[in-house]
Amino acid sequence: MAQEAQKEKSMIIQKEMVSGLFNDLAKAKETGKKVCYTFIPGNLSELIRVFDMLIVYPEINALQSAMRKKSATYIKEAERHAHSEDVCTYVKCDVGMMLKGNIGPTGEKIPEPDVLLLSYTGCFTFMKWFETLKREYPNAEVIMIHTPYQENAEMTPQMTQYMVKQLKEVVIPKFEKVTGIKYDEAKLKRHLELSAEAEDWITKIFDTTKHRPSPIDAYFAGVYYIGPINIGFRGTQQAVDYYKELYKEIMLRVEQGLGPITPEGEMKEEKFRLVVEGPPNWTNFREFWKIFYDMGAVIVASSYTKVGGVYDMGWRHDPSRPLEALAEYCMNCYTNLNLPQRVDLLAKCIEDYEADGYLTNSIKSCNSFSAGQLGMMREIEDRLEVPVGFIESDLVDPRYFSYSNIKNRLESYFQMLEQRKLIKAHEAAEA
Amino acid sequence: MKSLEQLINECKEQAFDLKFTRAKEWKEEKEGRVLVGYMPIYFPREVIHAAGGMAVGIMGGGDRKQIIKGDAYYQSYICHIPRSILELALDKHLDHIDGFIFPSICDVIRNLSGIFRQQKIGKFVKYMDFPQNFLPEIGGVFYQQEMEHVMHYIKEINGVEVTAEKLNHSIGLYNRNREMIEFIYDIRQEFPWRLSIEDVYHIIRAGMVIPVEEHNAILEQVCEHIKENIGEPQDKIKIVVSGAFCEQPAVGLIRAIEQAGCYVVDDDYMLGSRMILGDIDTTTDKPLEAISQAYINQSQYSSSIYDVHDPKEYRLAKIVKDRGADGVIFASASFCDPSLLDAPIFQNAFDRMGIRYIAFQYSENINQFKVIKEQVGTFSDSIKLWEDEPVETV
Ligand code: SF4
Ligand code: SF4
Repeated sequence: MAQEAQKEKSMIIQKEMVSGLFNDLAKAKETGKKVCYTFIPGNLSELIRVFDMLIVYPEINALQSAMRKKSATYIKEAERHAHSEDVCTYVKCDVGMMLKGNIGPTGEKIPEPDVLLLSYTGCFTFMKWFETLKREYPNAEVIMIHTPYQENAEMTPQMTQYMVKQLKEVVIPKFEKVTGIKYDEAKLKRHLELSAEAEDWITKIFDTTKHRPSPIDAYFAGVYYIGPINIGFRGTQQAVDYYKELYKEIMLRVEQGLGPITPEGEMKEEKFRLVVEGPPNWTNFREFWKIFYDMGAVIVASSYTKVGGVYDMGWRHDPSRPLEALAEYCMNCYTNLNLPQRVDLLAKCIEDYEADGYLTNSIKSCNSFSAGQLGMMREIEDRLEVPVGFIESDLVDPRYFSYSNIKNRLESYFQMLEQRKLIKAHEAAEA
Repeated sequence: MKSLEQLINECKEQAFDLKFTRAKEWKEEKEGRVLVGYMPIYFPREVIHAAGGMAVGIMGGGDRKQIIKGDAYYQSYICHIPRSILELALDKHLDHIDGFIFPSICDVIRNLSGIFRQQKIGKFVKYMDFPQNFLPEIGGVFYQQEMEHVMHYIKEINGVEVTAEKLNHSIGLYNRNREMIEFIYDIRQEFPWRLSIEDVYHIIRAGMVIPVEEHNAILEQVCEHIKENIGEPQDKIKIVVSGAFCEQPAVGLIRAIEQAGCYVVDDDYMLGSRMILGDIDTTTDKPLEAISQAYINQSQYSSSIYDVHDPKEYRLAKIVKDRGADGVIFASASFCDPSLLDAPIFQNAFDRMGIRYIAFQYSENINQFKVIKEQVGTFSDSIKLWEDEPVETV
């Protein structure tokens, strides 16, 4: 189909970007490029680019391992080495992969880090994770940049200054030391300009779910869309080009009145529009998605696509204040928002995208998301009188994905949504 | 001077008074007094004291509070303490407490601050971000700003302006408090039979919910008592308990460990009261800076402090050595990420160093510990058997 061919163009660009990244990593030793491990939330891609380093994201390796059905083995390996059953499975998957030789998703060995950059944003486990990695890689330079939490729903000048000082006096000097490259602010500004541009495009893309039918699924397909902006391409022309192309393709779907593309082709009928809170399950990603599209449910917004940055409230990297922009970016990632802010953001999504329901996918091993989710759900239910649903799974531990449980729960939830629709239609007809 | 038994009984009552009666009375005794609740682990209580307030440690409901409402807020795979704290709040046990501080120890406590905000509990809710940057001019300054923020909240309630003089006085009181607590541990290192760890626990925990002046008076007397050669030594090994710094094990479990053949010569149950090692300077005209310096330079190791520059496994190994302990018990609250994620770091290092350990998990509301008692008993027996083997530490 013509639409699918166009869809593929952006997919091809993305594939090329990702494989280029892994190729560069595989050749890091030959090219002499330094390797920096860091996390997605609060990632300082633009700054890392100024120092010409290659980036490894341990969580991406973990989720890729899960999608390739390798995570169970890695997790067991970590558990054999004293890791508890009950902690974040991303950590265990990563540790297990390392214990088994650190072979990455492409089958190549992932190079060891020269730098462990912990931009400690929105999740306490990140800190423990890097404490663990530091013991495995004693020669790596460790850099911690502490991101204050938006506890009072604000980024105060003091918080920003605290981060800027860390950037100036800790992060940048250590980057200079490891790479031998001098900090070039003009270069950083250029990257930040491109970041802001990519952020504009991705905001527009996720905003297309306003249309009926929604041309995209903002969760299951959304996780692919956020790839480039999150995995180191933010701040590059490549990312801007990718998002432009993607937007063009999506708008074509809008013009044609088409729904989202699923792994089994185009979704024919949009029955339910949902906002989803919480990360997806990666071990059974396709099966999980299928339950939704088989039922005609499309996700019109999700919190997970905001973990690497929240752009829909208007915030952008500002090249005229480069270090302040990096600081604010870190502070403004989804899991660094306090619970009332998260509720406001999701409530806005429900209203803006006219969602029929609000669904929580609670991840067993992720306290950063899960602790407090039930309170958030109650508040949204009270405030918007929208039907709420709740399912449980895990990110990368297949032991905690129960297909039948999830399917049963979702079926009941969709029945409830269906009934509510009928009642509403009836009320409207009577009015 | 009161008898030791009398003092212990008083502390027992205070430590688990989930209605926080003494704090409430204290507040009512004088106009302008403020109560500030704080969650584990640590908060510089000096700041609240100097502002005319009293810090009230909220350590959860343990096995003494039935959870009915709290469970509706937390999934089964989240530790127990947030639901019991919420239960206390929803059952109005915390109504007389003016504001609440949530120190940055983990995402659960962090997000609990959001639930308190959502439920509009207290006049203020402050998530207290402790710095993870340990340079005085960066992290130190940020920490001072965080403390000023708390002082600002209290001032909004009672109008009290904190002066350097007041703060130095408060620091002095807490210095004395910590000094006496350490004295108790030092005595117990040699003579652990003089005071059981259960009694120590009650004595220190009581200090979290009564005025520091009153707690100091109790500690003075306890210290006098244990200078005497009291109690009978028993054939037990010496161990250190690590990992139980937030959600607390039931008292029955604390007791069971000693009953199963171990003298606990150090622990982190009440880490917050012992976080700062040694005194904080009371002579400066910048006492907030002194508190922040102490946090940066004199903190005990903790799961909530980024440690790559001062690895925790060596810190704990040093405690084991200094206390002359035979081994370590890693006790973690179920689903406690900070404690459980530290466990492999400790255990892998201790395997290399030849320090013996066992590990188990508990939940504050569970008071059945037959299996744990057996495990501890076996551990103690095995160490006694190997008594002659040299143990290599740091
Ligand atoms: S706890 Fe959650 S946010 Fe943190 S590293 Fe694990 S999966 Fe990511
Ligand atoms: S018990 Fe552990 S996970 Fe639970 S609140 Fe305390 S530190 Fe956090």
